[in-house]
Amino acid sequence: MLDGGESFTTPDGRTIGGVLMEMKHITLRFGGVTAISDISFDIREGEIRAIIGPNGAGKSSMLNVISGFYKPQEGEVFFRGEKRGPVKPYQVAREGIARTFQNIALFEGMTVLDNVMTGRITHMRTGLWRQALWWGPAQAEEVENRAQVERIIDFLEIQAIRKTPVGRLPYGLKKRVELARALAAEPKLLLLDEPMAGMNVEEKEDMSRFILDVNDEFGTTIALIEHDMGVVMDLSDRVVVMDYGKKIGDGTPDEVRANQDVIDAYLGVAHD
Amino acid sequence: MPDQLLFAIEVTLNGLMAGVLYALVALGFVLIFKASGIFNYSQGVMALFAALTLVGIMEGQVPFAHLINAVFGTELHHFGWHVPALAAIVLTMVVMIALAWAVNRFIFRHLVGQAPIILFMATIGLAYFLEGLGDLMWGSDIKTLDVGLPQGINLWIDETTYEAFGYGFFIDNLDIVATIIAALLVAGLVLFSQYTKQGRALRAVADDHQAALSVGISLNFIWVLVWSLAGFVALVAGIMWGAKSGVQFSLSLIALKALPVLMLGGFTSIPGAIVGGLIIGVGEKLFEFLVGPLVGGATENWFAYVLALIFLVFRPQGLFGEKIIERV
Repeated sequence: MLDGGESFTTPDGRTIGGVLMEMKHITLRFGGVTAISDISFDIREGEIRAIIGPNGAGKSSMLNVISGFYKPQEGEVFFRGEKRGPVKPYQVAREGIARTFQNIALFEGMTVLDNVMTGRITHMRTGLWRQALWWGPAQAEEVENRAQVERIIDFLEIQAIRKTPVGRLPYGLKKRVELARALAAEPKLLLLDEPMAGMNVEEKEDMSRFILDVNDEFGTTIALIEHDMGVVMDLSDRVVVMDYGKKIGDGTPDEVRANQDVIDAYLGVAHD
Repeated sequence: MPDQLLFAIEVTLNGLMAGVLYALVALGFVLIFKASGIFNYSQGVMALFAALTLVGIMEGQVPFAHLINAVFGTELHHFGWHVPALAAIVLTMVVMIALAWAVNRFIFRHLVGQAPIILFMATIGLAYFLEGLGDLMWGSDIKTLDVGLPQGINLWIDETTYEAFGYGFFIDNLDIVATIIAALLVAGLVLFSQYTKQGRALRAVADDHQAALSVGISLNFIWVLVWSLAGFVALVAGIMWGAKSGVQFSLSLIALKALPVLMLGGFTSIPGAIVGGLIIGVGEKLFEFLVGPLVGGATENWFAYVLALIFLVFRPQGLFGEKIIERV
């Protein structure tokens, strides 16, 4: 079982560490609609954690709670052992949580390179005046960050489109650029909101490979949302299943697959 | 060369330099509009306010003198010192940054997510507030602004052209200085937005708020930054226009000249503001020169607006603006 705080090794030889993020009794309402009701789960260092569920289950809302875009009415969020207060999304990003969006939020007018460079903003320390005057450390910093960005561009195999404005790229590549921007932040936790949505089989395979490579190469903890069950089961170490805002399952892919509630939620069940 | 052609060239040159000043004002609009979607009606008043503050600081005026005297029965008017132009410009910039912060803290932070028309109305309110504040702080009399910029006819150009063509061009030194400063300012802004972290953040916010938040950009900081930059541009425009025609209420009306410039150049394009300003500047001077005599003159008052109207009909997004495509 995967409970308990101590680290362990997965069958494929990766090390999963202690708890990185813990959600405790999260409840989120929009007016009279309860999007998430009393959900608790944790994300452990180095793992790929999936949140799945049918449409409208509250998966995206949960991701938005983690990244600070939504504020839950009840419940507590712990990140790296500390309780998180009321934070703005940009503060969450500065804590080391990067994300992508379900319907792609890139800077369409900027080149791929510039888009990925924005991912480094949290790593650039020199102040406004030095930046404006291009003075002293500012220049060295730009060069250093640029080198890091080039490594990520290489890693995700998007060298050929470095200077292309993002608005001109096809959908699949945009998704990859968005992943590159999130990776450029060297996040402690990477949130992927339906990374495979709207992709064909080939693109899905590419994306799966990149997600596994990122986790393997950089040891990045990844939490992702998907409703394509097949992909998720192959990728993830542990899975949370949501339905109508409630958690109906949590465990390894095999455990979840055998869970009767999950089967009912996905296949539908006759109520009597 | 025939005289007519020489006149036309001279008019064009003067038009270009007038256009630079229009472009400067338009630039202030574009900066704020791009980053926050706010059409800042008060940009012209900001130029007036900046110029008033600059003169006030240089002359050692006591701010709110009338108010203080009326309340306390004192007779304060001047501190009795004069501040050098450069120091006064820096101090004025500090005031403009404080203004940028206050505008965001007390007005626009509370209006996040409101419809554009609401934000626009807020800037109209801000314009009148600033106008009143300027009056109250520095008095409403017309002031001369002299920061030591050269003025009057440029003799070298006059003589050179006289020797070459037998007709000396009249070009004002102030216009030349304004052109150079505006060019430097624009080059500086472009470099800043292309090659610095904050510039990149600025463009990111202009493009997509949500995505900007997700990479760790604070929207509030960026908004204060663009309002400060717009304040700086307003200060430069205020200095140029103030040096030309004195610091007075009519200074705030230059904002109205910026509107057709924006229609031409597009509300979201910095190069558009420049090119639009130049086209309007040259266009209205040449039109006055060529067509003016036929229709009884005074075409400068309406030419820019008619040109803008034509643009609205045939190319509503302007020369450089983003094309408006609705998804169906």
